[in-house]
Amino acid sequence: MTLEELERIAAGTKNARAAGGHEVNVCLAAGCLSQHSDALKEALEKEARKASASCRVRGTGCMGLCSAGPLVSVEPGGVLYRNVKPEDAPAIVRSAGGEPLRRLQCSRDQAFFQRQVHIVTENSGKLDPEKIEEYIAADGYKGMIRALTEMTPAAVVQEISRSGLRGRGGAGYPTGLKWGTVAKTDSAVKYVVCNADEGDPGAFMDRSVLESDPQRVLEGMIIAGYAVGASRGYLYVRAEYPLALKRLETAIGEARQLGLLGINICGTAFSFDIEVRIGGGAYVCGEETALIASIEGKRGTPRPRPPYPAQSGIWGMPTLINNVETFASVPAIVRRGAEWYAALGTPKSKGTKVFALSGKVKNNGLIEVPMGMTLREIIFEIGGGVPEGRKFKAVQTGGPSGGCIPEQFLDRPVDYESLRELGSIMGSGGMVVMDDTSCMVNVARFFMEFCMAESCGKCIPCRAGTAQMHEMLTRICDGRATHKDLEMLISLCDMVGATSLCGLGQAAPNPVLSTLRYFQDEYLEHIEAKRCRAGVCECGAAAEVRA
Amino acid sequence: MNPAAEVKTLVIDEMDVSARADQTILEAARDAGAWIPTLCHLDGVGDIGACRMCLVEVKGSNRLLPACVTRVEEGMAVTTHSERLVKYRRMILELLFAERNHVCAVCVANGACELQTLAQLHGLDHVQFPYRFPALPVDGSHERFSMDHNRCVLCTRCVRVCGEVEGAHTWDLMGRGVHSRVITDLSQPWGTSETCTSCGKCVQVCPTGALFEKNKVGTKLPKSRDFLMHLSVMRGGDR
Amino acid sequence: MNRKKLATVWLDGCSGCHMSILDMDERLLEIAGQCELVYSPLVDQKTFPADVDITLVEGAVSSDADAEKIRRIRARTRMLVSLGDCAVTGNVPAMRNSFGTEKVLRRAYGDAAGALLQVLGQGVPQLLPQVRPVHEVVFVDVHVPGCPPSAETIYSVLRELLAGRKPDVTSGTRFGA
Repeated sequence: MTLEELERIAAGTKNARAAGGHEVNVCLAAGCLSQHSDALKEALEKEARKASASCRVRGTGCMGLCSAGPLVSVEPGGVLYRNVKPEDAPAIVRSAGGEPLRRLQCSRDQAFFQRQVHIVTENSGKLDPEKIEEYIAADGYKGMIRALTEMTPAAVVQEISRSGLRGRGGAGYPTGLKWGTVAKTDSAVKYVVCNADEGDPGAFMDRSVLESDPQRVLEGMIIAGYAVGASRGYLYVRAEYPLALKRLETAIGEARQLGLLGINICGTAFSFDIEVRIGGGAYVCGEETALIASIEGKRGTPRPRPPYPAQSGIWGMPTLINNVETFASVPAIVRRGAEWYAALGTPKSKGTKVFALSGKVKNNGLIEVPMGMTLREIIFEIGGGVPEGRKFKAVQTGGPSGGCIPEQFLDRPVDYESLRELGSIMGSGGMVVMDDTSCMVNVARFFMEFCMAESCGKCIPCRAGTAQMHEMLTRICDGRATHKDLEMLISLCDMVGATSLCGLGQAAPNPVLSTLRYFQDEYLEHIEAKRCRAGVCECGAAAEVRA
Repeated sequence: MNPAAEVKTLVIDEMDVSARADQTILEAARDAGAWIPTLCHLDGVGDIGACRMCLVEVKGSNRLLPACVTRVEEGMAVTTHSERLVKYRRMILELLFAERNHVCAVCVANGACELQTLAQLHGLDHVQFPYRFPALPVDGSHERFSMDHNRCVLCTRCVRVCGEVEGAHTWDLMGRGVHSRVITDLSQPWGTSETCTSCGKCVQVCPTGALFEKNKVGTKLPKSRDFLMHLSVMRGGDR
Repeated sequence: MNRKKLATVWLDGCSGCHMSILDMDERLLEIAGQCELVYSPLVDQKTFPADVDITLVEGAVSSDADAEKIRRIRARTRMLVSLGDCAVTGNVPAMRNSFGTEKVLRRAYGDAAGALLQVLGQGVPQLLPQVRPVHEVVFVDVHVPGCPPSAETIYSVLRELLAGRKPDVTSGTRFGA
C-alpha cells in the first residue's frame, strides 16, 4: 500500500458515497444501541428499499448527545434527529433531501455542538466503524504512511514530544517522553500496549472511540510501534465491551487485508501486528503492571515500580503502554503536525480532551473540548446545566481516584495541574455532575465501596484499609458514627494513600479527602445531628432512638 | 560493570553503609545491623513488596519505598524508623488483626507467631479499628497439615515457596480485596490435591498459625524455617 | 494519704484474669495497703459505687447487661483498664461472631435453643448480635492484653497506676500471652 493507492481507495469511497444519494446515518454505538437503534436501522432500511429516490442507510459510531438517543443524521446537510423511534422511519426517509422533520430535529446550533473541537472524535458518528475504506476516505492511515515513509522513528518521537501530548489515561505523563524512553532501550523485542480497560464509574470515552473509530486506535499503535521499535502490540480490552471487541476484531482483519498491519507494512521494512487481549473484569488491571501480568496470563495484580514497564514490561521486555485516547490522538498529530496540535489547549496541557458527561446535567453524552475550557463552560454551556431547576452541587472527575469539585471552582480551567490543585485529577475523562439531591458522604462511600471491591488484595493497606474506611463511611451515613470514627477515617486516608502499593490504593482516599475538604459540614451533620440534608442516607437507627 | 562487583555507599539511619549494587535496602540494612520489620519477605523466596511493613523514607523521594524490593543507590539517605513510619506500621498490624479472626490465646502459633511478635515490638496493646469477624473456613482435609483461613495474613509465602522452591505450585490465590484467599489446586480440599507433594514447606514458612502441622498442636516450636537457607545455599543461591 | 478506690469487674470471660490477680500472692498485701477494693466479684458489694479511681475489666461485652454495666462503670470511673484479651480483643467469646448467636446456641443446647432464645429476653440478659471488645463500647484508658496477663504484669500495671503513672504494658505482655 502506497500513499497513491491509499488515495485511490479514498477517492473511490468518496465517489461511491456521493453517487449513492442521501445517507441516513444511525448511531450504533452502545448508548443508542441500548435504546434499540438496531431495530430503528432495520426499519429505516426497509423504508429505504421501498423509497423511490436513492437513499442509503448506514450504521455509524457515536454522535455525542447520548441522552437524546437514538440519534439519526441525514447527509448531505447534516440534519440531526433525536429520540427517533422505528415508527419515525417512513417520515425520515421521505424527508431525506427535502424539508427536515421539525418534530424530531435536534439543532446543531446549540452550544453542545458548537463549542466542541473534534480531533479524537473527528470521525465519530460520521463513518461506518466496520468499513476501513471510510476511515481511509477520512484521511485515515495518511499519518502512518507519512511516518513510515518520510520520518525516522526518532523524528516521530520528536513530533509527539513537540505536540505536548500527555497521557490521556489520567496521570498526564508526557507521551513523547514515554515513547523516547522505550525507543532508547536496547532490546530486540519490545511491545506496545493499548490500555482499553476503562473502568471508572461514569467513564465511557474509550468505549465510544473503539466502537466509533477503531482504525484510528490501530493507526496510533502502529505509529507508536514504529517510533519505539516494537513489532508487536496488544490491545487490552475489558470483556464488558463486547461491541468494541467485535469492531476491533473486524478492524484488525481489514487492516491486515490491506497490508496496513502485519509483515512489511506498506512495503517498508517495518512489521507490526496487533493482538486483542480480553480483560476479565478487574478494575485494577487498568493499572499498568497489573495489566502486563494479565496479558502474560497471570493473576492481574500490580507489582512495585521501578522497574517501570518502559524498561521491563511484558515478559521482561521494554513495553510502551498508552491509553486508547492517547493513541487515538496520534494519527492527527502526525498527519497535521505537532505545531497544529500544540496550538490547542493551555501551555502545559495541549490539545483536546474527551469527556463522558453524565449525571445531573441536561446533555448527557460524549464531548471533546480544548484543554483549558472552564468547568462552568463544559457543564452549563455544553452540558446545558442542571435539569429540573435544581441546584448544582459538585462535579466528580477522575472516578475513584479523583474528587468532587464544588461550585466556587467552576471557573477554573480544565487541565492536569488545575484539577490536581483542587484535590481531584483529570483522570480518564469521566465527569459526573451532581445536584442538591446527592449526599456527598454517600458519594464518598460509593467510591470507597468501589475501591474495596476492586482492590486486588495484594497489599494490606489497600485490601484491609479500604474495607475499614468503607465501614467508617457506612457508620457516618447510617448516623451511627462518632467524631472518633471520623478521626480514624482521616488517619486511614493518610495511611492508605501513603503506603499502598499501586495507584488504586494510593488514590482511593481521594473521594473522601475532597468531599471532606469542600463538604465537611455534611459529614458533621450526619455525625452530630444525624441528618442527611439531601435525604439520601437513612440515619434511621439514630432517629428511632430519639423517638 | 557486574552489579555484584560494583559497590555503592549510602547512609542508613545516619550510619555510613556500603553495599553491592544488586542489594536491596533491606539487605544492606541487615548487613549493617539495622533492623527493618518485615512480614511478607522471606529469605530464600522472591520478594513482592506487598505487606508494606518495610517501607522506609528515602531522601529526595516523595513516596515511601519498600526496602525489600528497592535497590541501593549511590548517596541514598535512608530512614528506617521515623515517627510516621512507626505509626503506619502499627496501623498495618492493626488492620491485619481486625481483618480476620486472630485469637492468639487458642492459636497453635501462640508464642511463635511473627504477627504477634511484630505487634508486641510495635507496642500494640489494642486494635483501634473495629474487628470485622468474617466467617472463614478451616481446611483439615490433609493427612498431616491444616489450613485455618482465620489466621492467614495473605503474605503468600506459601504460594511462593511452593512454586519457587518445591516447584509444585499447589498454592495460589483466589478472590479480590478482603475476599482474597489462598487455595490449593483450583480451590479443592487440600487433602485431595494431586499436585501437593506433602513436603510441608508452606507450613514451615507460614508466619502465623494459618498453616500448621497437626501433630505440632500444643508444642512450643510449631515451625522450623532453617531448611530454606540450606536449600538456597545448596542450590547455589547467595543467601 | 487518701487510699485510691479500686474496682474489678467480670463481663464475658472465664475469670482467668481474676485468678491471675489472685496469683499476685503476697504482693496482694502490698496492693491492698495502697488502695481500697470497693467493688469486685471477690467482695460482697452489690452496686457499683461512684468516684472509683481504677477499674479493671475482665471479659468482652456480650450481652445487653454487659453493655449497660460497662457504660455505668465508665461514668463512675476515672481510669478504666481493659484486663486480658477478652476485654481487649473480644478473644474466645467473640469467636461466636463469625457464626451468629443463634447457630452457636443451637449447637450448645440443641432443640432446647429455640425455647432458650425466647426465655433470654425475659429477665435473663439478652445476648448482643456480636461480642465486642470493651473499647468499642466505651473509652478505655489502659489496655493490658494477655490470656490471662501474668500476675507480674497485673502487679506492675497496678503499681504504676496507683502511683499515678501510665504503665508500659507491652514490654511485659502481648495478645495471647
